[in-house]
Amino acid sequence: MNLESKVPEGPLKEKWSKHLENIKLVAPNNKRKHNIIVVGTGLAGGSAAASLAELGYNVQSFCIQDSARRAHSIAAQGGINAAKNYPNDGDSIWRLFYDTIKGGDYRSRESNVYRLAEISNEIIDQAVAQGVPFAREYGGLLANRSFGGAQVSRTFYARGQTGQQLLLGAYQAMMRQVHEGKIDLHTRHEMLDLVIIDGKARGIITRDLVTGEIKRWMADAVVLATGGYGNVFYLSTNAKNSNVTAAWRCHKRGATFANPCYVQIHPTCIPVSGDYQSKLTLMSESLRNDGRVWVPKKKGDDRPPSEIPEEDRWYYLEDKYPSFGNLVPRDVASRNAKIVTDDGLGVGPTGKAVYLDFRDAIERDGRQTISEKYGNLFDMYENITGDNPYQTPMRIFPAVHYTMGGLWVDYNLMSNVPGLFVAGEANFSDHGANRLGASALMQGLSDGYFIIPYTVGNYIADAELSETDTNHEAFDEAAKNAQAHIDKLLNVNGDKSVIDFHRELGKIMWDKVGIARNEEGLKEAIQEIRDLREEFWQNVRVPGEAANYNKYLEFAGRVADFLELGELMAEDALHRDESAGCHLREEHQTEEGEALRNDEDYSYVAAWEYRNVNGELKEELHKEDLEFEFVELKQRSYK
Amino acid sequence: MAETFTIYLKVWRQDGPDKPGKLVDYTCDQVNEHMSFLEMLDVLNEQIIADGGEPIEFDYDCREGICGSCNLMINGKAHGPKAMTCSCQLHMRNYSDGDTITVEPFRAKAFPVIKDLVVDRSAFDRIIEAGGYISVKTGSAPDANSIPVEKSTSDTAFDYATCIGCGACVAACPNSSASLFTGAKLAHLNRLPQGEPERMRRTVNMVEQMEEEGFGDCSNFAECEAVCPKGISISAIAEMRKNYMKAAFAGEEA
Repeated sequence: MNLESKVPEGPLKEKWSKHLENIKLVAPNNKRKHNIIVVGTGLAGGSAAASLAELGYNVQSFCIQDSARRAHSIAAQGGINAAKNYPNDGDSIWRLFYDTIKGGDYRSRESNVYRLAEISNEIIDQAVAQGVPFAREYGGLLANRSFGGAQVSRTFYARGQTGQQLLLGAYQAMMRQVHEGKIDLHTRHEMLDLVIIDGKARGIITRDLVTGEIKRWMADAVVLATGGYGNVFYLSTNAKNSNVTAAWRCHKRGATFANPCYVQIHPTCIPVSGDYQSKLTLMSESLRNDGRVWVPKKKGDDRPPSEIPEEDRWYYLEDKYPSFGNLVPRDVASRNAKIVTDDGLGVGPTGKAVYLDFRDAIERDGRQTISEKYGNLFDMYENITGDNPYQTPMRIFPAVHYTMGGLWVDYNLMSNVPGLFVAGEANFSDHGANRLGASALMQGLSDGYFIIPYTVGNYIADAELSETDTNHEAFDEAAKNAQAHIDKLLNVNGDKSVIDFHRELGKIMWDKVGIARNEEGLKEAIQEIRDLREEFWQNVRVPGEAANYNKYLEFAGRVADFLELGELMAEDALHRDESAGCHLREEHQTEEGEALRNDEDYSYVAAWEYRNVNGELKEELHKEDLEFEFVELKQRSYK
Repeated sequence: MAETFTIYLKVWRQDGPDKPGKLVDYTCDQVNEHMSFLEMLDVLNEQIIADGGEPIEFDYDCREGICGSCNLMINGKAHGPKAMTCSCQLHMRNYSDGDTITVEPFRAKAFPVIKDLVVDRSAFDRIIEAGGYISVKTGSAPDANSIPVEKSTSDTAFDYATCIGCGACVAACPNSSASLFTGAKLAHLNRLPQGEPERMRRTVNMVEQMEEEGFGDCSNFAECEAVCPKGISISAIAEMRKNYMKAAFAGEEA
């Protein structure tokens, strides 16, 4: 297999603009002859659907929620980056590009990341024009703040609900097109398979989550924007319904899955408190702007935090990373929280937490200022834990948050299956081995508003698409396949619940494929996941029936896919015998315990091709070498 | 680990939109104070599945109080007893051992029941579809700082923009009015300079769509404001009316 990145020639700064000039256009009167499927209505899917419809294509949009407005992008709190340099602190497109490449530990494509930085400025313009109420200064201009991994203030924010406001902007733009008749919106529909005809993506199979009906949809191109797969860990900051099913089924139809082991662990979440717990809640990373992270210096110091004097506190991030302090990137903050708690310095009832303390910020800026900046986050924390963070420090711990891996795409965001485009978190492209704060919203909207609309057109202008309809045998086969999978799940009739299987998988993943990994653990994980998968198909109990609203049946299908993906993640982590970003292989650390990359041998994207050999999962590795023409690869240092 | 206690539940069970429904009794004896209300229902569902029954269906997703999916009527109150809180963020520390809790769907003519506690709230999407946006094309927007917006204007717009579309306002209203939902979106978009040009038309279109969906009129009970998990003020409704009247006098057509 030849993974061609299709990165345009020429200087970095001109690649995208030149590419846009060379891209093929579809005439307005022809656009209305083309149908495009967009799966997912988050920042990437919503903005893509709205933009494609605005251009004149007929868009079929699908989401699993009851409304397009509920995609999990809604929960992103902190902000969105752009290189506007409004604060005049020396920011530029180059700096945003450089920070993103470096923050991703040089495991992303230079050209894609530069384009992302370039487009970032347009996103802010677009969102403001749509009425997104970003924070403003008294003079009426936009306000900015700084964020993890950056030394400039380039983050635009709408209190602690930036994702919500940006998503509502995209959703509203979508609904405008629904009203115009250019988007046909199908809520409570789950994509179960991809239909490929003559080697090109030509449609999807969905299940109507209310009636259970299996439906067929045909199009000239399919855009997948279904988010990440963090829920493979069971506990994560993802919404409960977030899943990998659409992407995984595309993978099983031939789309390669890139860098599956790159998972971001977010450092500032509310810690786990018990087995019943259904998910983890993230506290915005922006809190690290003013909050100071510390643990007691002495093991077993169980005094209330207010009674621990300054000399008995260890501000370990400020101590170890003086130039970034509490604003080190997420992987560094997460790993250090693990190190101090593994050393027995953790706080709270489980010992799996560190303090995030606002005492000094409140003294310095006053309670009013702190409340204006973070009030809703403080309220949320108090509601969940029963503690008041104005009076006592928050307790935080890392949790699985965002997946940098995803379906492989070229510069046009097209997978190796022609006609299948992948946007936002569902693709692998822009974050490398680690994602900087406030760059997820940027990527989702960049892909959806500013890249997909052009590159899909470029494909359509060129693609020779045969006349076909949903009675084609490929549709028959895929629809039967989807139905058979559901029947199989319902017929196992075992005695262990779907949630129990999911929880067990999550524990294997967190313990052995989590913050830090090693060869032995990964090998064990692979075997344990295989065993669990086998047990699942013999002993899972799925209640209810197929032709009805049945949440546990939905879960069962998703957990079955997670049980396959989990193994691939462990396999990818095992093969990548280096540390990179969030992916710490314990065998490869610097003397100071930082991730030690091996650029010589691993400067590539690992793209896995699905093979089913006699019912066994076998994945074949393909490599896309990463070339760094414009930046010099350096050991990341935040000292 | 926290101590467990027992909660008695009466839960609305309904097989489908056209099927009759009834309250069914359950006992959940594995409750602890740190669980959210939805986690308590998860635990109960696991118990029901283990006993060979069909789990209770209810909507949820983010469980962080922001997506607006969850929608339980808990002891007759939308999202339960705690102010400014979604069902997913209501914690069992608000209840005591032996309490009996009745759980029902958000009821309104415009929110038909799909199954058990799940209702269809797509009427809200159609209200937004009627005008809940600013008509701007992708990729041609002027520089974001070219139109200053007074901080207080932006802050107030934000206060209204925080609506999560959960529908508690409708469920709590004796008239099943969607005025707080519609008013909030109008109060967000209408006050921004970017949203100004379409203000009248937007107001007329959204208000008329709201009526068409079968939501009742607002008669100032203010129950909506009391249950809104985002604390949206009913002054949004006053603004909506003022603009609607102005538009009517100006002869603005929908």
